[in-house]
Amino acid sequence: MMQKISALFLLSFLHACSADTVRYQELQTEQANFSEETPDNWPKSFGLGKEASVARISSMDIDVRPDGKGLPSGSGTVAYGRSLYLTKCVSCHGSKTSSGIYDRLFSYDQSRVHPDSLKGNKRNKTIGNYWPYATTLYDYINRAMPFNAPGSLRPNEVYSLTAYLLYENSIIDENTVLTAMSLPRVKMPAQKRFVNDTRKGGAEVE
Amino acid sequence: MGKINMENPGSGGRMSRRKLLLGGAATAAVVLVKSTFGKMVQTSLPESSLLLADPTKVPGPFPGEIGTRSEFESLAKKATLTSSRTPLQSLYGTITPSDLHFERHHAGVPVMDPEKYELLIHGMVDKAMVFSLNDLKRFPSVTRIAFLECSGNFRTGKVEMSPQDICGLTSQSEWTGVMLSTLLREAGLQSGASWLLAEGSDAAVMTRSIPMRKALDDAMIVYAQNGEAIRPEQGYPARLFLPGWEGNTSIKWIRRIEVGDQPYMTREETSKYTEEVKDGKIRQFSFDMDARSIITFPAFPQQIERGWVEIRGIAWSGRGRIVKVEVSTDAGKSWDAAGLTGPVLDKAHTQFKLLWHWKGQETEILSRATDETGYLQPTMHQLIAARGESMGGYHLNPITAWYVKKDGQVLHRPER
Repeated sequence: MMQKISALFLLSFLHACSADTVRYQELQTEQANFSEETPDNWPKSFGLGKEASVARISSMDIDVRPDGKGLPSGSGTVAYGRSLYLTKCVSCHGSKTSSGIYDRLFSYDQSRVHPDSLKGNKRNKTIGNYWPYATTLYDYINRAMPFNAPGSLRPNEVYSLTAYLLYENSIIDENTVLTAMSLPRVKMPAQKRFVNDTRKGGAEVE
Repeated sequence: MGKINMENPGSGGRMSRRKLLLGGAATAAVVLVKSTFGKMVQTSLPESSLLLADPTKVPGPFPGEIGTRSEFESLAKKATLTSSRTPLQSLYGTITPSDLHFERHHAGVPVMDPEKYELLIHGMVDKAMVFSLNDLKRFPSVTRIAFLECSGNFRTGKVEMSPQDICGLTSQSEWTGVMLSTLLREAGLQSGASWLLAEGSDAAVMTRSIPMRKALDDAMIVYAQNGEAIRPEQGYPARLFLPGWEGNTSIKWIRRIEVGDQPYMTREETSKYTEEVKDGKIRQFSFDMDARSIITFPAFPQQIERGWVEIRGIAWSGRGRIVKVEVSTDAGKSWDAAGLTGPVLDKAHTQFKLLWHWKGQETEILSRATDETGYLQPTMHQLIAARGESMGGYHLNPITAWYVKKDGQVLHRPER
């Protein structure tokens, strides 16, 4: 069973990223309340469904948040991640010298033209220049990769692949060991680029 | 040669009856008839008996257990490894036949046993709950018609592009299910609950973070589409449905909802469904689909004849009702208000029509929609001006122009 990191750590981390907290509180433009009156003839409860057991919840609750909530115990290294990448990932995602059929995860050439670009002047989106949170790597690799065997990786393998990809994107150095404590502290270069949607209908095109 | 493909009569016209009629080289055809045991079976008849018969003189097949498309029709989605697109130019009205609803999924369509299906709701709730499919169906139900559109629904660059190629990742259905607010009321929201994570049962275990205000406003857990159980490609046996929001947020095959107090920053909402805007910024949580319209007739690959042409199309907005669609038949120099086919529904494909007398001149025809917020569908030029030259490929809703040639051929006119 996964071990969640301590609440104390969480609190201190949340304090540290308060600017982000403000940003996504802005998205709650109105108080989140049950918008419509419950019909008069509705009972307090319909008595349907059953209460979920703790075991049931923990077997399914695999998500990992930017503050680290949800990360399991374990650790990973760049070296082990590199060997895993070369056996499990390289055929789809390519290497430094070859390209794969799916997303390139690190740049070997920042000037490479994005193939889907309308104007032909966009950079290839990579973890290094586009992903705002390192925890997302853990969450996604753990739930969905490798494509032909999703959910098959152990925590140490996921931490190691995360470490390798962060290393190849020049975000951590080769000796960094990733754990539930260190991964949420990795600052991603692209995080400062992210802004909320400000479109709200009306005459203005945004 | 010579068999009508009755198992898949609309399959790309490989051996349609139309071709038989035109080619005339075949000698036999297969039709469905009822056997003595009441089951539909195939049997061969001489082609001449079908093609030359006066249908008022020969009884046809008896009633069957499932309807079929006419063998003269060939409707098909255009599929790639990751999506398939609705043939908008071949449809009438506003409801998309369920088997032509667009698909976009990230690790294939899972096989879901409805008997084993359960939806878990947990996190910042008073009581974590598990609901079976039968439980979901016993709650008070809601039915509404609404479109569902992928936010990556824009392609351009070629003249030989149909509405299906340009924006075939939008479809419309009548959806039935239970309001998500009804389920959250059962679980009981704790103070501070402001976001939720929705998670699918596919091999990508797809997740998106949803603000609580949407969850409590008009979010549904839907189990039916156009009067029958929702199709596997659309999330069988149950999916989240967020009217007017980018399709990726309406998690299919939904298995879990976790209530929390912040977004989870999943891969889809960070590295994928976000778009670069001005000053090197990346816009995130761009949920609403802005107003858009497209003329679906006449459009590539159709060809028109001189005389009266009823220009037809669809318009929609994720922010509410469509209030106006204007059509230009002179390359945008002047605009006429098109008629809207009622009832005009909230967050729904709305049909528009305009009668046009075409005298054979070369021209461009365009449409632009206005929604109830006063938003007017922009040109590509306006979108670039607002978002910058390096803008991302999501949430693009520019005016689409069709170039009508003197011979009546209609070609896409890529944005300039």
